[in-house]
Amino acid sequence: MSETEKFDAIIIGAGPAGIACAYTLAKAGKEVLVIERADNPGGKNLTGGRLYTYALEMLEEGLSEEAALERKVTHEQIMILSEGRGTTIDYFDSGFSPYEGPPQSYTVLRARFDEWLAGKAEEVGANIVCGIRVDDVIEEAGKIKGIIAGDDEIYSDIVIAADGVNSFIAQRAGLIPDIPASSVGVGVKEIIQLDTSVIEERFHLQDGEGAARMILGCTEGLHGGGFLYTNIDTISLGLVLMPEEVAAAGKPVAELFQEFKNHPAIYPLIAGGSTVEYGAHLVSEDGYHGLPKKLYREGLLLVGDAAGFVINSGYSIRGIDLAILSGIAAANGICASSDIAKAGPQYIKEMEKLNLLPTLKAASGYRDLLNIPRIYSNYPYLANDFLGNLFTVNGEVAAPMKKSLKALLKKHNISFWQLFKDGLRGYRAL
Amino acid sequence: MSIEKMTTTELLSLNKFNVDEEEAHIILDKNICAKCDDKPCLYVCPALLYKLDKDGNISFDYAGCLECGTCRLVCKAKGITKWVYPRGTFGVSFRYG
Repeated sequence: MSETEKFDAIIIGAGPAGIACAYTLAKAGKEVLVIERADNPGGKNLTGGRLYTYALEMLEEGLSEEAALERKVTHEQIMILSEGRGTTIDYFDSGFSPYEGPPQSYTVLRARFDEWLAGKAEEVGANIVCGIRVDDVIEEAGKIKGIIAGDDEIYSDIVIAADGVNSFIAQRAGLIPDIPASSVGVGVKEIIQLDTSVIEERFHLQDGEGAARMILGCTEGLHGGGFLYTNIDTISLGLVLMPEEVAAAGKPVAELFQEFKNHPAIYPLIAGGSTVEYGAHLVSEDGYHGLPKKLYREGLLLVGDAAGFVINSGYSIRGIDLAILSGIAAANGICASSDIAKAGPQYIKEMEKLNLLPTLKAASGYRDLLNIPRIYSNYPYLANDFLGNLFTVNGEVAAPMKKSLKALLKKHNISFWQLFKDGLRGYRAL
Repeated sequence: MSIEKMTTTELLSLNKFNVDEEEAHIILDKNICAKCDDKPCLYVCPALLYKLDKDGNISFDYAGCLECGTCRLVCKAKGITKWVYPRGTFGVSFRYG
């Protein structure tokens, strides 16, 4: 690379946000350089996870048909665990596609998916280099002018920080302070290999169908939850916990996860399989409330996880689709600005147009709901106990249901007043 | 091998790592760590890379790091004096993710 060469845009990170941005810019004829620290795109990336296809379709119609995805999600499940017990709600929709087009969502493994998406961006002319860690941005006269990687300095009209949840670039540029530990969850996950037919039998799936499951009551009362996604011939099983709570409880994340895995309602789902990978990643938990005050400065835009674009509603988690949208919005903002200094404000406008910021705002109440500590122990345990009573037949005269419920509320330390307050809090949050 | 209960050593052995032998991406000041009572790093690291030795001091090995960054965020005592991502191509490579 000659010293005088200058790119229209440099994108730090080849995840979905960075690649969506590169793809859109390259298609518009811009000279784009994506720099990724892993050996291959996706090599450092981890999801639960699933991908909602509308975002891919927005990037390019028809893209999700050929995408490196796992199973179309036809089973949306919520599972409530307590010691030795479990309740699963299973919503099934064979053609889960609320809009004209491909199925609404697919389970996904990021190493495969990100590499495939990066390949698509290369096809339309984006330059992607891997195995290089960007250390800093070049700042001149208050503007970001390029990046520094080792001894190399590379200049561009604009830099896009797509370097993930732990965005050192956004910090270096002064757009975000260091991340408070209270704003993130730590996720751990095992990938467990099983025969395709075994997965389909255990989860009642037809060919190519998949299940997405969120799990409550599996964290020993700590703020967090489990997840399970069926892939083609693997299962993604994981647990997300708030690190400060884990530290205060004095029980390692790794141990809590192994105990969750061995719950008698979970283990039979993975029994006989072999674990092929163990990963961990941070996930933003504050949603709209946690967004940086400024998502850009002159010469720099924040996209994807670096900007904190995650929605956790408790029953589903979204991040990859929001990342893709933000990448598209950043590219559109750049293309619409003849004066690059206007790209930042234009990026915000484009995010409004793509419904990204309104979507985040609309989901802002979930955080309050998920901050009710009773959601992680008292309520799930109560629910299982209540069903346990309901299905108990032991030859004795059963107590009236309202009496049994009252006794259970007492057992789980929930007063009617508390129940009312939490109900109101939940209602307001939603 | 049964996957019923796996140790982090077993789990990490399944991953692909390219350890940077020349440059540690996480460095601790053990004098600071010695004065830290809570030692949250012992609990939050999913790879359990922070351990207590027999004298009660923190021992740490950056090989096996999953690069999640949780330890840095909970380290209020600032015993972690350096935390950067490994140099390009080094560290964990997820084959599934």
